[in-house]
Amino acid sequence: MTHTLAVLVENTPGILARVAGLFSRRGFNIDSLAVGRSEDPGISRMTIVVEGDDSILEQVTKQLHKLIDVIKITDVTRDDFVDRELVMIKVNTETSTRAEIMQLVDIFRARIVDVGPKSLTIEVTGYESKINAFENSLRPFGILEMVRTGKVAMLRGFKSITISDHQKREETN
Amino acid sequence: MNYSGAEILIKSLEAENVDTIFGYPGGQVLPIYDALYDADIRHILCRHEQGAAHAADGYARATGRPGVCLATSGPGATNLVTGIANAHMDSVPLVAITGQVPWSLLGRDSFQEADITGITLPITKHSYLVRDPSELARIVKEAFYIATTGRPGPVLIDIPKDVSSTVNEYIVPEELHLPGYKPVSEADSWQVVEAAKAIAASERPVIYAGGGVIISGAHEELLRFAELLMAPVATTLMGLGGFPGTHPLSLGMLGMHGTKYANFAVCECDLLIAVGARFDDRVTGKLETFAHEAKVIHIDIDPAEIGKNVRVDIPVNGDVKIVLKQLMNVLQPRLGEAWREKIQMWKKEYPIDFCDNRELKPQAVIREIYRQTGGNARITTEVGQHQMWTAQYYTFSKPRSFISSGGLGTMGYGMPAAIGVQAGCPGDTVFDIAGDGSIQMNIQELCTAVNYELPINVAVMDNGFLGMVRQWQELFYNRRYSQTKLFNPDFVKLAEAYGAEGFRVTKRSELAPVLEQAIRSSKPVMIDFMVESEENVMPMVPPGESLSKMLG
Repeated sequence: MTHTLAVLVENTPGILARVAGLFSRRGFNIDSLAVGRSEDPGISRMTIVVEGDDSILEQVTKQLHKLIDVIKITDVTRDDFVDRELVMIKVNTETSTRAEIMQLVDIFRARIVDVGPKSLTIEVTGYESKINAFENSLRPFGILEMVRTGKVAMLRGFKSITISDHQKREETN
Repeated sequence: MNYSGAEILIKSLEAENVDTIFGYPGGQVLPIYDALYDADIRHILCRHEQGAAHAADGYARATGRPGVCLATSGPGATNLVTGIANAHMDSVPLVAITGQVPWSLLGRDSFQEADITGITLPITKHSYLVRDPSELARIVKEAFYIATTGRPGPVLIDIPKDVSSTVNEYIVPEELHLPGYKPVSEADSWQVVEAAKAIAASERPVIYAGGGVIISGAHEELLRFAELLMAPVATTLMGLGGFPGTHPLSLGMLGMHGTKYANFAVCECDLLIAVGARFDDRVTGKLETFAHEAKVIHIDIDPAEIGKNVRVDIPVNGDVKIVLKQLMNVLQPRLGEAWREKIQMWKKEYPIDFCDNRELKPQAVIREIYRQTGGNARITTEVGQHQMWTAQYYTFSKPRSFISSGGLGTMGYGMPAAIGVQAGCPGDTVFDIAGDGSIQMNIQELCTAVNYELPINVAVMDNGFLGMVRQWQELFYNRRYSQTKLFNPDFVKLAEAYGAEGFRVTKRSELAPVLEQAIRSSKPVMIDFMVESEENVMPMVPPGESLSKMLG
């Protein structure tokens, strides 16, 4: 089963190496890892997609918690959540195929961000299956290059994954 | 007032009550050594950085206070690596300080540059590369707090030379802010209640006690707990001394070279109470059959240990000392006569013993060391047969009296560790029980012992082999002794060359008098015991087998 973890970490040098190293040395598989600043400039937020059963997920979570700079881990998959990924695809275009590709861009609500004489660069965001479907539909034209950001995720509704929320909960415990 | 980074470091170490540092100078730590020159901290110059790390580790294990080692950048730092990994595996509070090339040269493959924070990432509890002298005081305070609290472990502080030489204001750090680090102490009450229910319902409980008992100082609580339940106690290698080995409820050590009665008891128990232990493969043997009839209660301060190797029925996450108290508050005394009788029968039928032919057997040497020290010495070991014989034949009854490399299994640990133990416990009799292979891995530290007048006793069980590997070759590789026969130096002359006293014992009749002389001596002593060459450590659970399938 695939789990999506939202991990809040202190924004210290080396934290990415600590997290990535932990996964490799404990033999856990990362499907994707996206990292960036959170609403608090001192705190980075990682979205880690990990494959494994409940016992593996338990170990992943516990081992991550042992890292001093890891503040909070939430398995958003256990709740109602939205996830998105941004992809850029550079696709081979001939005059004969250009219209068809642009039609696909419309259907998938993607965007053309660069036009070259023999290529189009397309940006698309969405959940994983949509992106996979888009990729597959472009494949026959010849994908020259592709880059994916990895998944980011957030809980639906008013619920949020933040440090203050975490600290508040700790105080009531 | 303004100080150099190095002076701030020393002030911060003094604020942590550091009285001893084990180290070795070099280019990038020159400012630190300059600041040490006037400091009230004793510096012990080891002869190899690995020795310094192990000495700091031994100091920490014997005293319970964090050990500190100091090395220069590059090779100095990489020489600490084995020592840091060793401390990590056995949860030893160690603060390792390394010099680093200045920030302007960092990342340019400069002379004696090594990415030591990167190299030690998987073997430290935490690490720091200091960017600015203004961070130093806070980092040192955090490092000691992290190293010593929760499940202890090594913390590395890497200090570039410009950081240690730049002048900055020294501000005593305020309260620490570590939002991601909240070590537990008390266990949740529902866990305690569940554990107590399982204990009350059990007929054949066994307590499986590990190094966590010693680290948390829970030996008295464990004794009361065991007596309350009248439950037998098997300890791991790291747990030796956490429960009195002379106590009627003691089963001695369990696992690969454990006693038969400990292993039988674990195989047949209906409740296994793991106390500060981590189900290492050397303890469990084949996992599928380990305590297969039992419910498992696992008490540990590190939640990641619970459920890591075995399925646990009742997790109890907390400090062992506090959890045992919590449990005793809700438990009733019990008797369990039939179970204890069965164990007594096993103890009578399968005592831990060897075939004593009055020759110079290593087991006899260790029994004699036990007799002459009244069980009151602090014993370090290297790794191999002599280590297992020490675990089997020196009946440990006090915490922090057995100091040995358990998790990593580091040959060459014992002598530098003994130096650290003697430095931390000046009045105590300290023995390093060694093998003729292991002792040569850090033999240079004999010079340190002589230099600082640390009267350690090194007992070399000299069988002319890398004994444990030879034993495996005998049992599993058809006696093909590939690269295990040792050519050795003259250990007596070697000891004398270093300025220590050297003795050789070849006959059983010489054993007692020479040991007496060694213990009386105020100098470091090395005794070369020419023991039987092909003696095996028995009993033995073959690797990957069930605990019930013991050889010997």
